[in-house]
Amino acid sequence: MLAGIRTHELRKVFTSPPPLAAGGGFGPRRKPKTDKNGSPGKGAPTREIVALNGLSLEVLPGEIFGLLGPNGAGKSTTVGILTTRVRPTNGQAWIGDYDVWAQQVEVKRLIGVVAQRPNLDFSLTAREILLFHGAYFGLDSRARAARASALLDRFKLTDRADQMVRGFSGGMMQRLSIARAMMHDPQVLFLDEPSAGLDPQTRLLLWEIIREYNQGGKTILLTTHNMEEADALCQRLAIIDHGQNIALGTPAELKASVPGGFLLRVRFSKHSTELIERLKTLGGVREVRLIEPEPGDDESSVDVYADRGGSLVSEIANLAAANGVELTDVHISEPSLENLFLHHTGRSLRD
Amino acid sequence: MNWKTFLALLARDAHVARRNFIPLLLQTFLQPMMFVFIFGRVMVRSGYMPNAYKSLLLPGIMAISMIFTGVWAVAMPLIGEFQFTHEIEDRLLAPIENDWLAIEKVFFGAAQAVVAGLAVIPAAWLLLRPVELNLQSPLTFAGVTVLVAFLSACGGLALGCSISQTQIGLMFSMVLTPMIFFGCAYYPWSALANFPILQKVVLINPLVYASEGLRGTLVPQFPHLPVIAVLLALLVFDSLLLALGLRQFRRKAVT
Repeated sequence: MLAGIRTHELRKVFTSPPPLAAGGGFGPRRKPKTDKNGSPGKGAPTREIVALNGLSLEVLPGEIFGLLGPNGAGKSTTVGILTTRVRPTNGQAWIGDYDVWAQQVEVKRLIGVVAQRPNLDFSLTAREILLFHGAYFGLDSRARAARASALLDRFKLTDRADQMVRGFSGGMMQRLSIARAMMHDPQVLFLDEPSAGLDPQTRLLLWEIIREYNQGGKTILLTTHNMEEADALCQRLAIIDHGQNIALGTPAELKASVPGGFLLRVRFSKHSTELIERLKTLGGVREVRLIEPEPGDDESSVDVYADRGGSLVSEIANLAAANGVELTDVHISEPSLENLFLHHTGRSLRD
Repeated sequence: MNWKTFLALLARDAHVARRNFIPLLLQTFLQPMMFVFIFGRVMVRSGYMPNAYKSLLLPGIMAISMIFTGVWAVAMPLIGEFQFTHEIEDRLLAPIENDWLAIEKVFFGAAQAVVAGLAVIPAAWLLLRPVELNLQSPLTFAGVTVLVAFLSACGGLALGCSISQTQIGLMFSMVLTPMIFFGCAYYPWSALANFPILQKVVLINPLVYASEGLRGTLVPQFPHLPVIAVLLALLVFDSLLLALGLRQFRRKAVT
C-alpha cells in the first residue's frame, strides 16, 4: 500500500519551550492559568510559542520530500505531529488514509522515524535494538534476524553489531537509528536532520540508501537546513519559516523562482539612493534590495538579484565610483536554495 | 491492544533485567538482609528484642522489599528515558496505544516485586530461623502479594512520570523513607495505639496495608488489620495510583 502525507492548517502553540526534536523536550509543564474567557489570566507567567501557524502540505506517495528551513522554523514540530509525538493545537494530519491523531496505532504501523537526537536503547546491543524493534512490529524471529543482519551490513555496522551502543560514535548511532527506522519496512520514512554530524563519506552512503529505499515506492520526508542535501535528494521541497509554508516546488522550480538566479551581496562605503536606482538599470539586474543597516553601521549593504554573476562586478564598481561611493565587499552566489530562502525571508538559512 | 507488541515490550524488559541481574540482586536484597541480620539476629540474640520479634519482622521486610523493587523497576528507567536518554521513544512508536506501554511497565515491575517478595522469605528464614510462619490461606496470601506488587509498580509509574532527574534524591528522602518508617513494617499497626493521631494519619500510607496484609496472612498470630479491609484498601490505592500514573505518562509521552 502506497501512502502519502497530508496536513491541513496545522497549528501548534507551545506554552512551554518547544521540543528540541520530534517529541522531545520533556520537563515539568505548567498549564497557563486562564480567566473565564479562556485568555491568560493576570500574573500567569505564560510564554506562548507559535511553532506552526497553519501549515498545509501534501507529500505524494513514493516521493522524497524535503522540509527546508532554519532552526526553529517548525520542521521538527511538523515531524513530531506527523509521528504522533506532538499533539496539534489545531488542524489535521493524515498518513495515507489514516488521521494521525485519531488512528495512532494504524499510523505507527506505517511509519519509521529517525529523530533529530539519538534515542537508541542503551541497554541493548546494536543487533538487539534491531531485533526488538522488529518484534514490536510483529516480525517473526527468522525474518527479524535476516533483516537485522542485512541492515547492519548495509549500514556498515556488522563488526560492532554485538556491542552495546553506549560506546558508539555519533555517526554510528545515527546510522543505527536509520537502520532501526527501516527495520519494519515502513511505507513512510521520517528523517529529522538525517545527516547532521555525519562525515561526508557516510553522508553519501546515507543518500544512496535513502534513494534506494525510495525506489521501492516508499515515501520519505526529511528535514534539513543543508541546501546541498535538499538539492541532491529531494524531488520536491517546502521551505518553511515561522511555522508557515513560504515556497513549494521541485528544487529546480524553486531556484528558478529567484529573480535572475545569481545573488550579489555588495557593500558600499556609504549609502546613496541614486546609486541604488542606477544599479537597477544595469543589464541582467532583476531586483535590487537595500538591506536595513545595523545601528552604527555607516556602510550600505545591497542585495542584487541578476541573471549573471562575476561580469557584473566591474560594472557595479564603476557605477559606484561614478557616484563617489567605494565598493568595499562583494559576495557572489550562484543559483541556490540558499538564495531562494534569502529572497523569501530576508534571512540566511544559517541565521 | 496488540498482544504481539505487548509481549515484545515485556521481552525487552526481561532481557534487560537478565543482563543486569547481579546489580539488581544486590540492590533488592542487600539492605533488607542487613536489616534482618541486625534486628532479627543481633538484637534478638543479645536479648534486646524478644524472640517473637523475628516472626513479626519478616512480613514487614517482605513488604519493604516488594515496594522498593517495584518502585525502582518502574520509576528509575522512566525518569532517565523520558528526560535524558529518550530511549523510550522507539517503544512509543511501536504499533500499540501509548497507555499499553505504561501498563507493560507496571506488569513488569509487579512481576519483579513478586519475585523479590517471594525470595525474601527463604533468605530471611535462613538468617532468622526458627521463624513461626503460619500460612493459613495460601490464596489470600497470593492475593495480597499480587496487590502489593501492583501497588509498588503503579506507585513507580506515578512517581517516575512526575519527578525530574534532579529530584530523585528527594523522592527517597521525602517519599520512600517516611513511607517505610510510618509503614508499620517494623511494628504492627496496633503498636501505634499510644499515639492515636499518628495511628489515624498513617492510614494514608499504602505501605501500612502491604505490611499488615502480609502479616495477617503469613503470621496471623500477631495483631493485624482485618485482611478484608486490607484487600479493599490495596485495591483502592492500586487503582488511584494507576490512574494518576497513566495521566502523568500521557503528559510525558505526547507534547
